Amino acid sequence: MSAVAGIRPKSPAERLLATNSWLVFVFFYAPILVLVVFSFNANDNVGIWTEPSLRWYREVFQDQAVLNALKNSVIVAAISTVVSTILGTMAALSLERFRFRGQKLYDGLLYLPIIIPEVTMAVMLLLFFAQGFQWLDSTVGWSPSFGLGTISLSHIAFNISFVTVVVRARLGQLDPRLEEAAADLYASRWQAFRRVTLPLIMPGVLGGALLALTISLDDVVITNFVAGPGSTTLPVYVFGLVRRGVTPLINAVSVVMLGASMVLVAVSFGFQRNPRSRVQSSSRS
Amino acid sequence: MRVSISRLVALAAALILVLAACGDDDAGGDPTAVDCAPGETDGNLNFYNWSEYMDPDLITAFETEYGVDVVESFYESNEAMLSQIQAGVAYDLIVPSDYMVKIMIEEELAFALDKEALTNYGNLAEEFRTQPYDPTGDYSVAYQYGTTGLGVNLELVGDNFVPSWALVFDPELTSQFAGGVSLLNDPRETMGAALYYLGYSINDTTLEHLEEAADVIREARAGIAAFDSDQYDENLANGEVAVAHGYSGNMIVAIGEVENPDNFTYVLPEEGATLWIDNMVIPTVSTAPCTAHTFIDFILDAENGAQLTNWNYYGTPNEASLPFVEQEVVDFYAATLEADTEVIEDTGDYEINFTDLFTEANG
Repeated sequence: MSAVAGIRPKSPAERLLATNSWLVFVFFYAPILVLVVFSFNANDNVGIWTEPSLRWYREVFQDQAVLNALKNSVIVAAISTVVSTILGTMAALSLERFRFRGQKLYDGLLYLPIIIPEVTMAVMLLLFFAQGFQWLDSTVGWSPSFGLGTISLSHIAFNISFVTVVVRARLGQLDPRLEEAAADLYASRWQAFRRVTLPLIMPGVLGGALLALTISLDDVVITNFVAGPGSTTLPVYVFGLVRRGVTPLINAVSVVMLGASMVLVAVSFGFQRNPRSRVQSSSRS
Repeated sequence: MRVSISRLVALAAALILVLAACGDDDAGGDPTAVDCAPGETDGNLNFYNWSEYMDPDLITAFETEYGVDVVESFYESNEAMLSQIQAGVAYDLIVPSDYMVKIMIEEELAFALDKEALTNYGNLAEEFRTQPYDPTGDYSVAYQYGTTGLGVNLELVGDNFVPSWALVFDPELTSQFAGGVSLLNDPRETMGAALYYLGYSINDTTLEHLEEAADVIREARAGIAAFDSDQYDENLANGEVAVAHGYSGNMIVAIGEVENPDNFTYVLPEEGATLWIDNMVIPTVSTAPCTAHTFIDFILDAENGAQLTNWNYYGTPNEASLPFVEQEVVDFYAATLEADTEVIEDTGDYEINFTDLFTEANG
């Protein structure tokens, strides 16, 4: 990557490509820019500019329902990202580094949550929880209720697949001889994983975690089905607002979320750039 | 797109229904009956509502007055809410739209209300006590309502116009309007408008009539600037379109925000217009049906009902609350009760014809 960036476009074809990539950036980011600008609009209508104001940000931070929804979203995203990143990385390792009975089947099933329509998955999860709780209630006389727990479990369920796919891609590029070399030098399995494999696949793990976080923060359909009293998340709330017409309140909420995810991406870049991991990744090339 | 998703969700809901029915074991007695005293509470209230539809101050007031907690959760589609109720998630009070009330009554998912516990029931306007979706009015209490009509820019259209669907469907008329007109991108609403224009009911299920309606839209296309459900209120306020077909809730906000509101008006065409009503219903999965009754009664109170309307700017079915409602909102909705309005009913398998013919006509 860094080697390519150093080359200046020379031929017309290359110039064309460079222009094109800038146009793509404009295409991606212009709407976001508009969204950010109009979040500072004093008017009730999204598209009519009157004067700059922080009115909608005030409303966001005074609206208890929005704040609760934001809190729920953050809790669910944090839990599901951490758990699914750990489980997904483990699944990727087991598929890439070991051979076991039923591996092909496991491999195929793992992609199911990515392939099947979201609504189908949502209904399956809802039925699973409903039946499971009913069964628990009739056998032990107690059952948990729908809420942040069921939402987090559902998000973990589909996020594992996404994390696994990303981590596997990274593992696939990794030379297995590096781990063998570590073993030759008397590293235990755990030490080889901790000191060699994990640092090398870290970009993949972080990428998977970021993907999981984004998908969790975004999810409407599944969350809507498995939610319980008091566990409305931000995207579900925002979707409900649209019924009333889009107000700049949604812009302000989006800018807050955008800011939060940019901070997260920056943090993860910083993490990947620390000197130790740079030494290790340069040793690879 | 929106239609196909809601169809999928409906399908999913049907699936849940079948599976839930398998595990049904009724313990005798009428599962939809409940007996409550006025003001009785039997636990905290799990309130499941649309976003930004309830004034948080009213909830606080209710909590203080009755010493219970109210937990408000939000949904964004009737179908997803139905699925949750069918799966047994214990909400105590929900706010389904008209057609969904009918489904919930048919599936025995709603409590028959104990009217004796609703001391303020008399505040409800006569027109809203019974509706085709709840013919006896035993299962639902109207919460708020809205209409679908036409927003008109008087500068571009002039003061002397007839409130008719001709404003959007007559090519000779629309060709004189600078910017043209916009219609909702919604099969039921827009085909329904064309059906009204032809003198039929919005719930008419004769295919020839629907084909005529499609022809009306096809022939009007020259004057139609856009089929648009999201930005029409702003385009109207900006002067980009002269007439916009849209929902009262958005129109009242858009017209209220422009520099000169007198240049705009919202009318219900004389041939007829769509009315939608959201309703308070107590699902049978509720564990606090009496608190829910008390809450309904609290909303039916004249001043509380007015506070709700002044907060969300929708039409109120609470007749006694009108003296306390802001004049602007009262005026805006005053025409509704005199106008010829109809509620969209679920036409079942026929629904696909609306979508198909509309897609052909607007393409």
